[in-house]
Amino acid sequence: MSGLHRNGPARVAIYTCLIAMALVVLGPLYVMVITSLKHMNEISTGNILALPHVPTIAPWLVSAHKLSAGFFNSVKILIPSVIISIAVGAIAGYALQFWRLPGSNLLVLILLIGAFIPYAVFIYPMVRILAFFGLFGTLAGIVIVHTTFGLPVMTILFKNFYSSLPIELFKAARIDGAGFWRIFASIIFPMSTPIVIVAVILQVTGIWNDFLLGLVFAGRDNMPMTVELNNIVTTTTGTRFYNQDMAATILTAAVPLLVYLLSGRWFVRGITAGAVKG
Amino acid sequence: MSVASNVSVADLQVKFGAVRVLNDLNIEVKQSEFVVLLGPSGCGKSTLLNAIAGLIDVSGGKVMIGGRDVTHEEPKDRNIAMVFQSYALYPTMSVRKNLSFGLSVAGMAKPEITRRVQAAAELLKIGDLLDRRPSALSGGQRQRVAIGRALVREAPVYLFDEPLSNLDAQLRAELRVEIKRLHKRIGATIIFVTHDQIEALTLADRIAIMRGGKILQYDTPRTIYAKPANLYVAGFIGSPAMNFIKGHLETGDDGALFANDDMRFALRRPLPPGTSVGQAVTLGLRPEHVVPAGDGVVALGVADVELLETMGADSLAWCRIGACQLTTRLDGAASNPGRIALAADPQEASLFDTQTGDRL
Repeated sequence: MSGLHRNGPARVAIYTCLIAMALVVLGPLYVMVITSLKHMNEISTGNILALPHVPTIAPWLVSAHKLSAGFFNSVKILIPSVIISIAVGAIAGYALQFWRLPGSNLLVLILLIGAFIPYAVFIYPMVRILAFFGLFGTLAGIVIVHTTFGLPVMTILFKNFYSSLPIELFKAARIDGAGFWRIFASIIFPMSTPIVIVAVILQVTGIWNDFLLGLVFAGRDNMPMTVELNNIVTTTTGTRFYNQDMAATILTAAVPLLVYLLSGRWFVRGITAGAVKG
Repeated sequence: MSVASNVSVADLQVKFGAVRVLNDLNIEVKQSEFVVLLGPSGCGKSTLLNAIAGLIDVSGGKVMIGGRDVTHEEPKDRNIAMVFQSYALYPTMSVRKNLSFGLSVAGMAKPEITRRVQAAAELLKIGDLLDRRPSALSGGQRQRVAIGRALVREAPVYLFDEPLSNLDAQLRAELRVEIKRLHKRIGATIIFVTHDQIEALTLADRIAIMRGGKILQYDTPRTIYAKPANLYVAGFIGSPAMNFIKGHLETGDDGALFANDDMRFALRRPLPPGTSVGQAVTLGLRPEHVVPAGDGVVALGVADVELLETMGADSLAWCRIGACQLTTRLDGAASNPGRIALAADPQEASLFDTQTGDRL
């Protein structure tokens, strides 16, 4: 720790950098929060950085009302998509790591490539496939899309985590007579808590923040919150209610933000799990 | 043990990719026998054990357990139990659950499971630990639990894969004795993998010494120690190591002679069959068989003692006769004699063909 003494020059430099970075992130957030608490006349006349003279929560109430349908749509999309993608990813990662079927290395390679191809490339073929099965524009359709696109990353995530577990554990379970599902359910999955938390965070934020897939696949009745937010913010006619826009944006971002805040500790623990021998 | 529990491996082949780890390997383990597979890392001993357990695919040959061909059976159908080096306890289960897991998977009745868990816990003195998680146990306790998990299966064949390697020296010695006792008590067939020769010599009824996927010698510890089949086995077993002296064969008045520039050692036997005068051979002498000259032994020569290592019960003297280095065990109280006349009993000497390394 030499050079990092209390109040030493290195420490000052570190804090200066951290504060500067925090300001870059927090500055816009500050503007959003104070703008959402101002009346429209104050916004059009006043300084963008000034605190509200007469604070109001009316824009929040209006936005919350406008977004409520989108919020529940997002929840309906989110819950099955997160559960299914994690469950299937965990099982696939377990199978690839422990059961070593012929060609499993090739499969992992394909998954790795799949994880890095932009979604947009798949949209047209995906639309045709879902339409063929009559699932285009349905809740089931958008859940399938999110699950499919989440699978490569989920599978690799779980496979990597399982590669840090001793193979002898798996061998012992086989000697004990447990089969594929029993080993997964009784031994491997109960050990997966840290990585499940990481997976939940990745999937919740990813799926909640998704705009493109929701817009294309969810259908008129299931438009997620992000799409509704866009509809509110980009109205082309009438006055633009900046205070409502800001409130709506904060509301939409609140879910992933909360997930981070509540599980940050677990998140760090999860991504470092296995790095150090237990 | 009434169930037939002999293990027989015939022409076994195991490949990892293109690498042949085991090639046409044969070994017979008798009922209730304690066999140790001994060798350096990478010699294929763990692979052989895993193949017997059914945990890896074999590409040829046969594995028979209790007279039944199990080459393509699942591990659970082979009537075996196994203990691993890393303990491999299920970390999310209590000790009790760890012991009973295999039995409940097999659908055994609750009272019978309880009885077996209790019996194993008593035998291994882990009764107090049954409700703890493995993470709350010490290394020695963990390995006891791992042995317990194998015991409850009441299998006729037990496989141990370096079970003591992760323990410190004292615990290792303690558990070694316990495993030996356990074997006496349950009378099961045990195949035990280790790279520790002391473990092998103390535990085994028979030792199979492996190297490069082959079994070099398969015999009782006594025979392996006294009559190693080749130079590799001779050097691998015994600490301090056997003395090797290079020379050639000659004939004298009373049979064959071992000779080089510095010594002539009467072997008191005829030339070994298939050898000829002048052939390059290596004389092998255990340090305890090199003794001060006296009656009934044959002189080796007068040695300079270069170094004396005190080891408690005895001392190890590093000597030199001309260009030949050799070590000898002396009395623990002895001080460095400086020069000493050394001799050995030809009965206890080993003779190897220097070219092939085989015992003559």
